[in-house]
Amino acid sequence: MVVLGIDRKLFMSAVIGAFKKLNPIELWHNPVMFSVEIGASILTVEFFLELLGVKKAILWFTGWTTLWLWLTVILSNFAESLSEIRGKARAESLKTYKVSVVAKKLKEPSFDSPFEEVSSIDLRKGDIVLVQEGEIIPGDGEIIEGAALVNEAAVTGESAPVLREAGSDRNAVIGGTKVVAGNVIIKITANPGETFLDKMIGMIEKAKRRKTPNEIALEVVLVSLTGLFLMVVVNFRVLSQYLVEVTGKGKPASITTIAALFVCLAPTTIAALLPAIGIAGMDRLFRRNVVALSGRAIEAAGDVNVLLLDKTGTITLGNRMASEFIPVGGHTMEECLWAAIMSSIADETPEGKSIMELAKKSLGVRSDAIPKKVKVIPFTSETKISGVEVEGQSYRKGAYSAVKDYVEKLGGTVPPELERVVSKIAMTGATPLVIVKDKDIIGVVALKDILKEGIKERLSKLRKMGIKSIMITGDNPLTAAAIAKEAGVDDFIPEAKPEDKLKLVRDLQKQGYIVAMTGDGTNDAPALAQADVAVAMNAGTQAAREAANIIDLDSDPSKLLEIVEVGKSMLITRGALTTFSIANDIAKYFVIVPAAVSPIFPQLDVLNILRLEDPYLAILSAVIFNALVIPALTPLALKGAFYKAVSPNKLFLYNVFIYGLGGIIAPFIAIKAIYHLIELFVR
Amino acid sequence: MERMINHLQVADIIFLVSFIVVLTITTPIFGTYITKVFTARTLLGEGLIYRFFGIDPEREMDWRTYTFHLILFNIVGLLVMFFILLLQGFLPLNPQGFKGFPWDLALNTAVSFTTNTNWQAYSGENTASYLSQMLGLTVQNFLSAATGITVAIALIRGLSRSETPYIGNFWVDITRTTLYILLPISFIGAIFLMSQGVVQNFDPYLKISLVDPALNGKEQIIPMGPVASQEAIKLLGTNGGGFFGANSAHPFENPTPLSNFFECLLMLLIPTALTYTFGKLTNRPRLGWLIFGVMMFLFITALFSEYYFMMKSHPGFSKMGIVGPYVEGQETRFGVAGSSLFVTVSCSGEVGAVNGMLDSYLPVGGMIPFLLMASGVTFGGVGAGLYGMVAYMIIAAFIAGLMVGRVPEFLRKKLTPRDMWASVVATITSTFLILILSSIAFRSRIGVSSILNHGPHGITEVLYAYTSAANNNGSAFAGLSANNLFYNLTTAFAMFAGRFVVIIAILYLAGSFAKKKIVPASSHNLCEDSFIFGIWLIFVILMINVLGLFPALSMGPILEHLLIYAAR
Repeated sequence: MVVLGIDRKLFMSAVIGAFKKLNPIELWHNPVMFSVEIGASILTVEFFLELLGVKKAILWFTGWTTLWLWLTVILSNFAESLSEIRGKARAESLKTYKVSVVAKKLKEPSFDSPFEEVSSIDLRKGDIVLVQEGEIIPGDGEIIEGAALVNEAAVTGESAPVLREAGSDRNAVIGGTKVVAGNVIIKITANPGETFLDKMIGMIEKAKRRKTPNEIALEVVLVSLTGLFLMVVVNFRVLSQYLVEVTGKGKPASITTIAALFVCLAPTTIAALLPAIGIAGMDRLFRRNVVALSGRAIEAAGDVNVLLLDKTGTITLGNRMASEFIPVGGHTMEECLWAAIMSSIADETPEGKSIMELAKKSLGVRSDAIPKKVKVIPFTSETKISGVEVEGQSYRKGAYSAVKDYVEKLGGTVPPELERVVSKIAMTGATPLVIVKDKDIIGVVALKDILKEGIKERLSKLRKMGIKSIMITGDNPLTAAAIAKEAGVDDFIPEAKPEDKLKLVRDLQKQGYIVAMTGDGTNDAPALAQADVAVAMNAGTQAAREAANIIDLDSDPSKLLEIVEVGKSMLITRGALTTFSIANDIAKYFVIVPAAVSPIFPQLDVLNILRLEDPYLAILSAVIFNALVIPALTPLALKGAFYKAVSPNKLFLYNVFIYGLGGIIAPFIAIKAIYHLIELFVR
Repeated sequence: MERMINHLQVADIIFLVSFIVVLTITTPIFGTYITKVFTARTLLGEGLIYRFFGIDPEREMDWRTYTFHLILFNIVGLLVMFFILLLQGFLPLNPQGFKGFPWDLALNTAVSFTTNTNWQAYSGENTASYLSQMLGLTVQNFLSAATGITVAIALIRGLSRSETPYIGNFWVDITRTTLYILLPISFIGAIFLMSQGVVQNFDPYLKISLVDPALNGKEQIIPMGPVASQEAIKLLGTNGGGFFGANSAHPFENPTPLSNFFECLLMLLIPTALTYTFGKLTNRPRLGWLIFGVMMFLFITALFSEYYFMMKSHPGFSKMGIVGPYVEGQETRFGVAGSSLFVTVSCSGEVGAVNGMLDSYLPVGGMIPFLLMASGVTFGGVGAGLYGMVAYMIIAAFIAGLMVGRVPEFLRKKLTPRDMWASVVATITSTFLILILSSIAFRSRIGVSSILNHGPHGITEVLYAYTSAANNNGSAFAGLSANNLFYNLTTAFAMFAGRFVVIIAILYLAGSFAKKKIVPASSHNLCEDSFIFGIWLIFVILMINVLGLFPALSMGPILEHLLIYAAR
C-alpha cells in the first residue's frame, strides 16, 4: 500500500469501487473486461448446475476457475478505481477552499462606492466586488482597480504570495484565494459552479474521461484480438469434440477449460490497466501542479516537436538587472557609480532598484549615506527620462537618444565615445541607460536580461527529447539573438507582435509540427487555442486560461518538460503492457493446450514443457497468473513506465527486451511457481 | 550409402541457395520495370484502349470510387465466368463434349478464379472445355492477378501522397498491369516452358495403344490443350489453377528440373519485385529492402525447415531397416529439394500450384506450407502479399510507436482508430474465416463425412482447405472430398470474403493515408526501416498467426507428428 501511496481508508473505498464497477452497464466501456465478466457469469451458472448435479464435471475445478475469473474482473476494476480515488482525494483537498464567503458587492467600480454584503454564491458574471486586506476573494475575476498580494496556496500549494494588479497580464484572481496585502476591486468573470476551482475539481473528480483517439485505436486492436481468441476457443472445443467422436477416447474440452483458455488468451492485462494508465497520467501531472483539461493534451505533449516560448517571464526573469557601469567623458568609475545611485534614488522600478543595489555594492556605501530629501522628476512619455533634483544638482538617466536630446538642449556636449559604448552594450543583448549629472554625461549602465535559473539545462533536455524551442520576443533582432544564444534556444522570432504568434502556430502546424505553447497574456489566447498543447500559466489572464488545455499552477513555463515526460511515459506504458500481454500468451498456450488435449491424445503432453502433472491444476495456475499479473503491474500503470530521452531505437529495443522477452519468459516461471504452490494446498 | 546422401544434400543446398540468389537478383530488375510502368506518362498503345472504353486516364479516383469500380469489375468477371462454366456444354471449343458445371461448382470455380485463389474442386482435364479454360480461367488468371497488383499500387500511392483524396485511376492501373506487366512476362514464360516440353495446342485428347504386352490392346488417353499459355500466367499471377488436375506434377505442365526451377522463379517474380517497387515509389528504398528482408527471412526459414522435414525418414520404415528420406507424395523427377522448393514457393506466394501430393508428406512437411499460407505475407500473392505486409507493419508500428512514447504513426502519418480497424481486418479476416468455417464443418454431418482420413489428419485436411481458400492460395491438401454443396459454398465464401473484405480494408487505408498530413521528420520518430523494427515485425506476424492457429494446429499436424515420432 505504501507503494501505491494511499492509506487504508482510500484502499477500502477503492475495493468497494471495484465491486461497484462489476455493473455490466459500467463495465461495457471496457469491452475486453466485459467479455471476461460474461465468461465468469457463464461459468457461475455452470458451477451451480454442477453443484446441483445437473451436469457432471469436476466441481472444484469449475469452482476455483469461476472464482479466479471474477477476481480477474475485480482486480482490473480495482486498478481503475484506485487511480480514480487518488484523484478524488486531491479534489477533496481543493474543495475545502470552496466555502461560501461574504462578498462586498459594489454599485460602481470605485473604492468610494457603497457596497452591500452578499454571499459569494449569489455573485454572477459581471458583478463588481471589493476585496480588502485579509479577505478571501469570493470568485474568479479580474482586478480592475488596485493591486494586491494574493496567497494562492489553495490552488497552487505555493505559500509565497503573488502580486496581482489591475491593467497587467497578471490581473486574474481565483476564487477561494486570500488577499494578504492591498485592496482591490474585482470584476467577477465566472458564475458559481463554473469557476476555475469548480472546473478543476470536476476534472479530477469525474475521472470518467473521454477516451482519447489513441486509446480507442489501441482498444480496436485489443477488441479484435479478443474476438479472435473467442473464435479460437470455440474452434478448440469443436475440434476436441471431433477428436473424441472419432477416437472414442477422452473428453472434449469442457466449458470451464475453454473459458479459462479464453480469458488467459484475451489481452486482459493491458485492457484491465488501460483506464488506470490514463487517469494516473493526469494525476501524476496534478501532483506536479499541472492540471490537464484533457487526456488528449497529455498524449499530444508526448509528440510535441516545437515549443513556442515567450522571452519575458519564461526564458528571462520579467525584469532587467543592472550588470555593468561604464564611465564616459573622462569621468571616474566612482563618479559614475555615485551619479547612478543619485539618479535612481526615487526609481521604484525593479530596474532602478537593481541599479541602486549594484552601484551601492560596488561603491561600498550604506543606505544612510544617501540623501533623502530629493525632488523627484518622474518618467514621462514626453521626456523619456527620469531622475531627481538634489542639493542644487540634477541627476537624470534614460535611453541614449532621449538623453542626447536633453543634454544638447541644455547646451552640453556628448562625449565622442558614447555612441560606441552604447552600441557595444546593445550588441550583447543588454539595454544601455545613459546617466547625466547636470549637463555632463557621466556614464552608461548596462541593463541585462537575466536568464531564469536552469532554463538552459531544461531547454537542452527538451532538445534531447526532440523538441525544438522557438523564442518569441518584441526585442530587436540583435538583442534577441544575444539572448537566444545565451539561453540556448534553437530559433527566435524578434520584433514579434502579438498577432504574429497565432500565425506562427498555424504555419508550423501546416508544416506538420505538433506545437506546444506557453502563454499567460490575453493576447496569447488565440495562439493558445490554436496550439496542440497549450499551457497557460495560472498567473495568467482568464482568457489565456480558457484557451489552454493544460494549466500550470506554479506558472513555471519550463514545466512542459514534465508534461512531455508524463505524456511519453503514459504512451510507453500502454505499448509495453500490450506487448507484455500478448507475449504472455505463448506460455499460456503451452500450459493449457496440452492440459486440455492430452486426455484424448496423451502424446500431446510433449508440449507440456513445464511438466505440470495435473492438467486441471495447470489450467487453474494459468488463470491465477493471469489474474495476479494485474495487481502486480498496477503500480507500473500508476507510476508510468520508464522514459529517458535517448534515441527511439534504443528505447524501443529496451522496451521490447523488457516487456517482449520478459513477457515471454515471466509467465513460464510464474505459472510453474503458482502450480507448485497450489499443489501444496490440494495434496 | 550415407556418404551418397551427404553428397546429394550438398547439391540440394547449392540448388536451394542458387534459387534464393537468383530471386534476389531479379527483385530490383523487375521492381524497376514495374515502377516504370506505373510512373510513365503514357505507354505505347494504352491510349487506344482508353479511347475505346471512354476512360479519361487523367481523372483520378478517391478510395470509394476506386473500390466501387474494382468490385464492379470483379463481380462482372465472376458472373461471366460463372455462366461460361454453367453453359460450357452449349458453347464452342469443347472437343471432349464436357457438360456444364453444376451450379455450386460453377460458383465455387468462378469465385475461385476471380479471387486469385484457383481452388479447384474439379479436375481440369475431365471437366472443363478449352473455352472454359481459356476464356474463363486464363482470362481471370490475368485479371485477378492484375486486381491484386492494382490494389497494392493504389495503397503505395496512398502512403506516399498527402492531403489528397485521390489514389489513382482503377482502369489505368488494371490496363497497365495486364498489358505491360503480366502479358509480356507470361508470353516469354510460355515460350520458355514450351522449350522444356510443355504442350500448347487445341488438339483433341490423344488415344495411344499401350506397348506393354501385359496390357495388350488397352488404350491410354493423353490430354492435350493450350497448356503453356495458361501455365505461365498460372504461376506469374500466383493463381495456381492447373490445366490438369495433377497441376505442376503433370509432365505436360512441368516437365523438367529446369522448368521446375523456372516455375518457382515465375511464382515469386512479381511478389519480390513489388517490394522494390514499394521502396522506389514511396521514396524509401531501405524500407523496400526491409520488407524484402523480412519476407525472405520467413521464406528461408520455411524453405530449409521444409527441406529438413522432407529429408526425414518415417519411423515406420526405419524399423524395417529402410533408410533415407520418406518420399511418398513427392515427384521423383524433382527430388526432395525440387519438391520442397516448389511447395514452399507455392505456399509463400499464395499460388497454390503443387508438384507433389501434400496429403502424403510428413505432418510437419504439410504444416510449414500451412503456416506460410496462413500468414499470407511471406512474399504472398501478387499485390496481396505486399498490401497484407503493410497492414502488419501498421499494427507493428502502432505498438512500437507507443513503446517509444509517441502517438503512433506509420511512414510519418498519424494512425487513427479507423486505420487500426482496417489493418486488423486486413490481417485477421482470414484467420477468422478459417476458425469459423472449420468449426461449422466439424459440427455438420456433411463436413465430417467428406473427410477421408479421420483423426488429427482429418483436422489438417479441413483446416488446410479453409486456410487455402481464405488466403486465396488454392492449393489443396487432398484427402477431402471437397466437391459437394457444403464445401463448394463454404470455400467460395471463404475465398470471396478473404479477398474482397481485405481489399476494401486496404483501399480504405490507401484513401485514409492519402488524406493525411505528413509529420516532419525528426530523430525521435520510430524508424520503420531499422533492423530492430524488422525483427519486431517478424515477431508481430508470427504472434498474430500463431496465436490464432496454434490450438487448431496442435490438434492437427503437430499431434500427427507426435503420433508418428513419439511412438518410438
